[in-house]
Amino acid sequence: MPSFPADSPSMEASLILEDVTKRFRSGGRIVHALDAFSARVRRGTVTGLIGPDGSGKTTLMRLIVGLLLPDHGRLTALGIDVIRNPLAVQESVGYMPQRFGLYEDLTVRENLDLYADLQGVLPEQRSARYSELMHMTGLARFTGRLAGDLSGGMKQKLGLACTLVRSPDLLLLDEPTVGVDPVSRRELWSIVYRLVEQEGMTVLLSTAYLDEAERCQEVILIHQGKPVGQGKPGDFSARLTGRTFHVTSPVVNKRTLQESLARAPGVIDAVIQGDGVRLVTAPGASPDPAVLLPGRSDIRVAPVFPRFEDSFVTLLKKDSENPSPVFGKPDRRPAAPTEEDVIVVQHVKRRFGSFYAVKDISFTVRRGEVFGLLGANGAGKSTTFRMLCGLLPASEGMLRVAGKDLRRAAAMARARIGYMAQRFSLYAGLSVLENLRFFSSVYGLRGGNQRKRLEWAMNEFQLGSMADVISGNLPLGYKQRLALAAALMHEPEILFLDEPTSGVDPLARREFWNRINALSVQGVTILVTTHFMEEAEYCDRLVIMADGEILSQGTPADMKERFRSAERPEPSLEDAFIGLMETRQPRELVS
Amino acid sequence: MLNRIFALMIKEFLALLKDKRSRTVIIVPPLLQLIVFGYAATYDLNRVPYAIYNEDPGAASRELAARMEGSPTFHLVADLQNDSQIAPMINARKALMILHMGPHFTRDLLLDQSSKLQVIVDGRNSNTAMLALGYVRNIVSRFSEQWASEHGGVRPPARLNIRTWFNPNLESRWFIVPGIVGLLTLVVTLLVTALSVAREREAGTFDQLLVTPLHPVEILLGKVMPGFIIGSIEASFIILVAVFWFHVPLLGSLTALYTGLFLFLLSAIGVGLMISSIAVTQQQGLLGAFLFLVPSIILSGFATPIANMPPFMQDLTLLNPMRYFLVIIRSVFLEGGSVSLLWPQYWPMAVIGMVNLSIAAWLFRHRLY
Amino acid sequence: MKTMKHPDSTRRSAGMRLHGMIRKETLQILRDPSSIAIAFVLPLVLLLIFGYGVSLDAEHVPIALVVEHPSAQTSSLTSAFYHSPYFDPTGYPHIRQAEEALREKKVDGIVWLRDNFGGETLSAGRSPVGVFVNGVDANNARIIQGYMEGVWAKWLEQFSAAQGMSVEMPVTLEQRIWFNPGLRSRDYLVPGLIAVIMTLIGALLTAMVVAREWERGTMEALMVTPVSVREILLGKIIPYFILGMGGMLLSVAMAVWLFQVPLRGSLWVLLGTSALFLLVALGMGLLISTLAKNQFMAGQVAIITTFLPAFILSGFIFDIGSMPAAIQWITRLIGARYFVAILQTVFLAGHVWPVILANSLALLIMGVIFLALVKRRTQKRLE
Repeated sequence: MPSFPADSPSMEASLILEDVTKRFRSGGRIVHALDAFSARVRRGTVTGLIGPDGSGKTTLMRLIVGLLLPDHGRLTALGIDVIRNPLAVQESVGYMPQRFGLYEDLTVRENLDLYADLQGVLPEQRSARYSELMHMTGLARFTGRLAGDLSGGMKQKLGLACTLVRSPDLLLLDEPTVGVDPVSRRELWSIVYRLVEQEGMTVLLSTAYLDEAERCQEVILIHQGKPVGQGKPGDFSARLTGRTFHVTSPVVNKRTLQESLARAPGVIDAVIQGDGVRLVTAPGASPDPAVLLPGRSDIRVAPVFPRFEDSFVTLLKKDSENPSPVFGKPDRRPAAPTEEDVIVVQHVKRRFGSFYAVKDISFTVRRGEVFGLLGANGAGKSTTFRMLCGLLPASEGMLRVAGKDLRRAAAMARARIGYMAQRFSLYAGLSVLENLRFFSSVYGLRGGNQRKRLEWAMNEFQLGSMADVISGNLPLGYKQRLALAAALMHEPEILFLDEPTSGVDPLARREFWNRINALSVQGVTILVTTHFMEEAEYCDRLVIMADGEILSQGTPADMKERFRSAERPEPSLEDAFIGLMETRQPRELVS
Repeated sequence: MLNRIFALMIKEFLALLKDKRSRTVIIVPPLLQLIVFGYAATYDLNRVPYAIYNEDPGAASRELAARMEGSPTFHLVADLQNDSQIAPMINARKALMILHMGPHFTRDLLLDQSSKLQVIVDGRNSNTAMLALGYVRNIVSRFSEQWASEHGGVRPPARLNIRTWFNPNLESRWFIVPGIVGLLTLVVTLLVTALSVAREREAGTFDQLLVTPLHPVEILLGKVMPGFIIGSIEASFIILVAVFWFHVPLLGSLTALYTGLFLFLLSAIGVGLMISSIAVTQQQGLLGAFLFLVPSIILSGFATPIANMPPFMQDLTLLNPMRYFLVIIRSVFLEGGSVSLLWPQYWPMAVIGMVNLSIAAWLFRHRLY
Repeated sequence: MKTMKHPDSTRRSAGMRLHGMIRKETLQILRDPSSIAIAFVLPLVLLLIFGYGVSLDAEHVPIALVVEHPSAQTSSLTSAFYHSPYFDPTGYPHIRQAEEALREKKVDGIVWLRDNFGGETLSAGRSPVGVFVNGVDANNARIIQGYMEGVWAKWLEQFSAAQGMSVEMPVTLEQRIWFNPGLRSRDYLVPGLIAVIMTLIGALLTAMVVAREWERGTMEALMVTPVSVREILLGKIIPYFILGMGGMLLSVAMAVWLFQVPLRGSLWVLLGTSALFLLVALGMGLLISTLAKNQFMAGQVAIITTFLPAFILSGFIFDIGSMPAAIQWITRLIGARYFVAILQTVFLAGHVWPVILANSLALLIMGVIFLALVKRRTQKRLE
């Protein structure tokens, strides 16, 4: 190998992207997946590629490994020109796609063998490498198990192991932590760092979880195909030092508080966190309560450390032209807060064959509450959710929704609930207007009434300009608005949201939650499942589920309080979640 | 309720026809297949290749050979000179048959009033062989009669006077083309319905429907109607092509035909929706549609008569809606069948349709995974 | 852990990759009962349904016998019909009832002996026997006519001989039917069915396998390894080829032992040509799968392009030579057409090299074209 001078840029950077542009054609429109994207990834670092879904992360990864050709620009990986020599890149780069191609009908060992064969790992080298990988990923006990029978976290670790059968110099991981529970997520991160330290690997990892950015040594922010910034995560947060606060009020409801704070002068971002509101102010703006909310002296403003998300949102808000929408008058007068239980779950069990997906759970939800259902994949939260929507009968126990027993009056209960599924599940082939018209008709709206609601949806959700666009071609944020609009056409009393904001960018997520808050203020009860721990903060109360059981129940603040300790004075909900899981762990090992 | 079903129906139509690719799949292949199969599927022989091996110098053999050559059914491909040429001709399928006239063909006829014509037929396709032999026999017996009347030989004491009803020239196209109406209607209906529920399940939209106050029967009706409308339009179009392009006579009443079509669509949609609601994935739906389609074509009497099947298989065909529809459509086309005559064909389809639709509706809600 | 590049190790790692792909595909086949079912259960079931269900040999055809004036002659003629294995006669007192029965499809034909049926009229050469056949199914009607003429001719001969008359015609036909003297339709239908069924199976086996890898995201993971397109494709073709040959052997065994179709050619020629055909069928399935990229489209296209064309345009049941020229040209695009010709020949006629070689060449060309197209359309890029 010819020797480069030590300071040569190609040695310094494992990956160089210059002016990379990639366009796709989608439904007659041209989408700029990547727009003159330039960036460098330093050798021996863990670099995070951070951006919401659809921002171009996956396209970028695919371009780097030569699976796509750019329309314009240059890519150099490990000193190799990707466009000219994709095979050479593929031989030295490890790439784990978002949905890693595990063969679910092969065992762990057989998957490893396949990739070892394909990567040219000689048989005599394998056993040492395998045992190293199995030890690292904790899969040693499961080598004979079918990959399809592994949990989400284990699958992800196996995918990583398969990518690593031949130790690559550059490792690309496309959203490795999606759909993985927080415990496995931590483990994956520790594996990544071990690789960097032990094998001197360079890692480029994409993620939509903003809290993960803080674990990277360096981050590249990407939004709508353009780099928004690059640097150490701490640098981003540092810029906001002195501009982040936590606001609480003993009197005012946190939602009302958030609503008024969001409109206050000098406020860039206001989100509900725990029992109060997290605030990011403009540079130089005073956090004085008198300035923020004139006439309110009862609020308390405490400074907090800036988070990465704060800086990301600040960056994005600077770019975006349209400010977050201001809601019109509530279309229903605010309901007086009541103690009435609108959802009652009592000793509910759900069995599939001999397997209990839900084991004897009980909880109640009051009118006007935002209630969260938290848990990892397979914890039973989807099953519970489906039972509450009437999609699945309970094997045992009692379910009452809107005062109706689901066993007897399911159809009547269904008329009073709205449902928004996890994936976009309206008719992708129909236009926006056709979808809305269909769902409103199905709920019995017609004539002038229907026209009025359609008009309302078009205005409220700013869908007017998109009315005739095929829903499947909508940008993700619009899809989500449309789905919510469809669920609200018949003004339901209860709204069920299944992982409503997964993959949506932070701005759209804020906008979404603003709407939900407004609904909740009007007395609509909201039941939401999520695995975004930050999102759980928006809930009034929540339950955390694991293995079909309720581990904990209460307000977000209560949950965090239980895990406050000397080394964790400010525990996050994720800390609480992991703490809860760890207290369970021993039991699982015994069983 | 009507309002909601109407909304469902509009939705189904939009979902089916708005996308260019799925529109193409529903419309283009059936029409192409109609034309191609309409011409291809025939048992009538046409330009059958044959060779003559005539060792006889006489006039009678030449006369007979000329008659063969004059027939549009046959097409002379070779004039053989010796025995050894026969086998390669037949083996290589260059000729389906060989007419061999011995050296004394004319002499024997003149002297003994009796001569032999040897016909060697390739029996690999026994049906073609049988038909070709029939045609030759006809030509030869007409030749014989004429010879007998000219040369004062024996004449047959009596002849069978055969008349065929409904299809006097025995054109097999008259039989096959109405069958294609049934065949393609079934394929289209299954393509439209067999995946419709599975596709919605995979896209998550079915859950979205189930959480609305819609009753399963309403959902069912919303799914049945598009199959009905698309099926009837395509079937009507194929019927028009059969009448005006292929010139198959349509003698019976349209009422009888459309009553049959209505019930056939009902039963086909029933089967399609049942497959669809059993299937978890579209792939299973597709495989199910396929596994239903193939035997129901074979066991319908489309190409080969049901009466030729062993008894247990004939009983099996009773479950096949296409079997009944083929009887109806052929009867209406060629025999002028009426509603009262076809009653025994109507009710089984109605029963099959209702049973399948009920199962499908039940499965909408009770299929748990 | 860099591997050094010299020819030997390159070859070694290429061999390793191919071996890995084949093993993976084989394990998947073994784990997924549906491919085994498609390869072995499907031919079994289809061959049973087709083999018994598709027959052109009419037997026990229900006919009506109307005798207006019973006599010794009429009873000898009717008993000839009663004794024929082809007919299942029912007596009707009057022609009107018989016609009614024909209309209601209770009978397929009527033999009507009028009141002038007797010795003297027979010799007078008039036709006192009326025959009506339901001609809706033209082919079946022709076959029934043939049987009736046969029964009639035999009876006439016996009758004339009894009266000391000769009814011999000037020219008698001496027919020799080669390969299938009994004209059993099953003997030619069953070999043809094998071609139709193997078309189905070849396409069903492979039509979804590439699409499936795209849908499950495994293709992307394969693409970024050093494996070449050729290795991916070979890794798919080889296991399914072996599976398909297994299905083929099963079909041949059923044809020979269950349906008693004579196999006059050698098993080796049969297997060799089957291998060629299987390449065409698998190639077509892979092409569908590659072009469609999702299982839904792949499945729809497979249904439309395999079964019906193979059924109607392959010459398995409808004679290609009798189709219009344009349609005959279209049949050249159907791989099953060539295989049907080979199968019917190898089973019934034996080694007729001109037929076998010409059709094998056509299969070879089709197979090469399909596989070349698949190779071209599968690129190590996602666009």
